[in-house]
Amino acid sequence: MRNPTHIKTSLLLLAGSLALSACASKAPKQLPPDPVPVTTNNGSSLSATPGSQADFVARMMGDDTIYFDTDRFNIDSADAAALGKQAAWLGQYASKRITIEGHADERGTREYNLALGERRANAAKNHMVSLGIDPGRISTVSYGKERPIALGSDEAAWAQNRRAVTVTLD
Amino acid sequence: MKTTNLLAFAFALVALPAFAQTPAAPAEPAPPVSEGIEVTVSDDAEWQDLGVAITTFATDQDVPTRASAGSTAQIGRQMSEIIAANLRNNGLFKPSGPQGLPQPGYAQVPSPDYPVWQGRSADMLVQGYVRAAPDGNLTVGCYLFDVALSQQLAKAGWDVSPGDWRRAAHKCADMVYSRLSGESPFFDSKVAYIAETGPKDRRVKRLAIMDSDGANHSYITSGQATALTPRYSPDYSEILYLSYLNGSPSIYVYNVASGRQRLVTRSINPTFAPRWSPDGRSILYSMAIGGNTDIYRISANGGESQRLTNAPGIDIGGSYSPDGSRIVFESDRSGSQQVYVMNADGSDQRRISFAGGRAATPEWSPRGDQIAFTHIGGNFRIAVMSPSGGGMRFLTDSWQDEAPTWSPNGRIVQFFRTARGSGATSIWQVDLTGRNERRLPTPVGASDPAWGPVRP
Repeated sequence: MRNPTHIKTSLLLLAGSLALSACASKAPKQLPPDPVPVTTNNGSSLSATPGSQADFVARMMGDDTIYFDTDRFNIDSADAAALGKQAAWLGQYASKRITIEGHADERGTREYNLALGERRANAAKNHMVSLGIDPGRISTVSYGKERPIALGSDEAAWAQNRRAVTVTLD
Repeated sequence: MKTTNLLAFAFALVALPAFAQTPAAPAEPAPPVSEGIEVTVSDDAEWQDLGVAITTFATDQDVPTRASAGSTAQIGRQMSEIIAANLRNNGLFKPSGPQGLPQPGYAQVPSPDYPVWQGRSADMLVQGYVRAAPDGNLTVGCYLFDVALSQQLAKAGWDVSPGDWRRAAHKCADMVYSRLSGESPFFDSKVAYIAETGPKDRRVKRLAIMDSDGANHSYITSGQATALTPRYSPDYSEILYLSYLNGSPSIYVYNVASGRQRLVTRSINPTFAPRWSPDGRSILYSMAIGGNTDIYRISANGGESQRLTNAPGIDIGGSYSPDGSRIVFESDRSGSQQVYVMNADGSDQRRISFAGGRAATPEWSPRGDQIAFTHIGGNFRIAVMSPSGGGMRFLTDSWQDEAPTWSPNGRIVQFFRTARGSGATSIWQVDLTGRNERRLPTPVGASDPAWGPVRP
C-alpha cells in the first residue's frame, strides 16, 4: 500500500509543479504532510488556485487515490484517512463537485471489472457521505480494467491499479 | 440432413453449367443419413485423417469482375484457398490444394477423373466454378465427391454480388463440412469485436466487424469513445455494445443499416454486459445501482425493464439457452465469481460451477449441451461444462484467455488472449477437443469477439 502511494505522490507533485509554476525547476522528493484543513494560499509559486483541481491534487499529496485488495472494495484505515482528507477539502470548498473513478487491475474479466470498479467508487462515495459530504456532490464512474496507471503485469502494478481516484470538477 | 438444402434454396441458385443435370433445382438432394461418410465429432475422438483435395475453381471465361479480388479466374483460385483454410482449421479434415493439384477445366468440374484422384489417395474432392453472370453478379458452383466411391455426395450453387464472393466460398466450405461431419454449418457467419490500438494506458477501442475467418474487417466506431463488449443481433441488423460516449458506461443498440444508435435504457446508472435473446426480441443488460449490479431484461422494442436478480453483489452477464427458457449468468454472491443458472423470468437461481477457482463469462452453446466460460485459477483459461455444471474440461491454457463466444454450430469457441506485460490482445479460436487452436488474422489488436449465427 505504501509503495504505490509514494509513486503516485511524486508523479502528481511533478505534474502539478510543471503545470503551475514555470519557475519551480523540480518537485521536492518528499514533502511533510500538510496540516488539514489548509485554510489559505500562502502565496508561494508552488501553490495552485485555491479550490481548483490542481489545488486538490497538490493538497492531497497522493491521497486523492485509495487502493484496494484483489476483488475487494472495503475501506481500510489508510483509505479512511485519505477520504477524510478529501472530505475536509470538500468541506472547505462547498460548491465543488467530484467524480470518483473506480478501477480494477487487469487480472479480472472485463465486465466483472466494470462492476467491481463501480462498487469501489461507490464504497468511497458512501464513506464520504458518512463524513457529511452531500451525496449530490459526488458522482461515480467505473473504468474497470480499461485505464491502468501502472503498466506492468505484476502484483506491484496491480496493487496500484486497484484504486478509486477522486477528481474535482472545476 | 442438416441445412445444406436450405442454404442452396436461400441463396437462389440461378444457374448451373449447361452440363449439370439439374439446372434449376436447388442442387443437393437431401442425402440419407446413412449414406457416405459416417463421422461423429460429438466425442473427443482424434479424427483428422480425412483428406480433402480442393482444386482451383474453374471458369468458363476469364473476365474482369467488379470484385476487388479480380477476374473470375483469380476469384476461383482464392475461393479454393478460402475453402481449404476453413476446412483446415477445425481439426476434422486434412485439406490439400489448390497448389500442387491438377486443375480441372470448366467442363470437368461436375465429372472428375476419379482414377487420377484415387491415385493421389485423396478421400474427398471439392471442385467448383466461378462464372460472371450477365447482370454483373457471380455464379458459383460447388461439388463434393467421394473419391473411393466415385460418387458425387453434394452440390450447390449460389448467385452472389461481386462484393460477396467470399461468402460463396464459405457456403461451399459449409456444404462440405456439414455433409462430411453431420454437423451444422458455421463458416458463413460474422463476428463483432473490439479493435484495439495504442499503448496499454491509452488504448483506443473501436467497435469493429469481420467475417468468421477474420477477413472483411471493418470499423464501426471512430475510437473517440471507448467501445466494449459487442453482441450481434440474431439477424445481424443491430449490434449491442457498451460505449463511454456520454462519459459513463452505457449500453447502446447500433443499427447496422442506418448507422444510428439508441440507449438500451435511459438511466443515470451505468449499464453493461448486453446480450440478445435467441429470438432477438429481448435484451439482457446489467446495471449497477449504488455499487450493486443486477441483471435486467427489456424488450428489444423498449418499454419497462424487468429485474431478474436481486442478490447483494455483482450479478452480471447472462446467456440464454437456445430455447430461451433459461439463462446462465455470473454472480459473486458466494464471495467469488461463479456461474449460475436461472429460469428466464429470474426464478430458481442455482449455482452450477463448483470446480474450484473462479468461473466467469458463461455462454450457452447454440446446441444447448455445453456452457463455455472463463476459468480463473492462476491463469485465465477457456473451459466448458454441462449446463448442470458437470464434465468440466479446459480448452486452452495461456496467461489470460477470456470471454468465449460460440460458433453458430456449437463446435468452435472464439475468445481473446491478453499478453502479459504489453496487454496486447488477439482473438483466437479452439475446437471442442482443445487441440486445434489458432489466432485470427485481425489487422490490429482484437478483443471481445461475439460470433453471430449462420447467414441465410
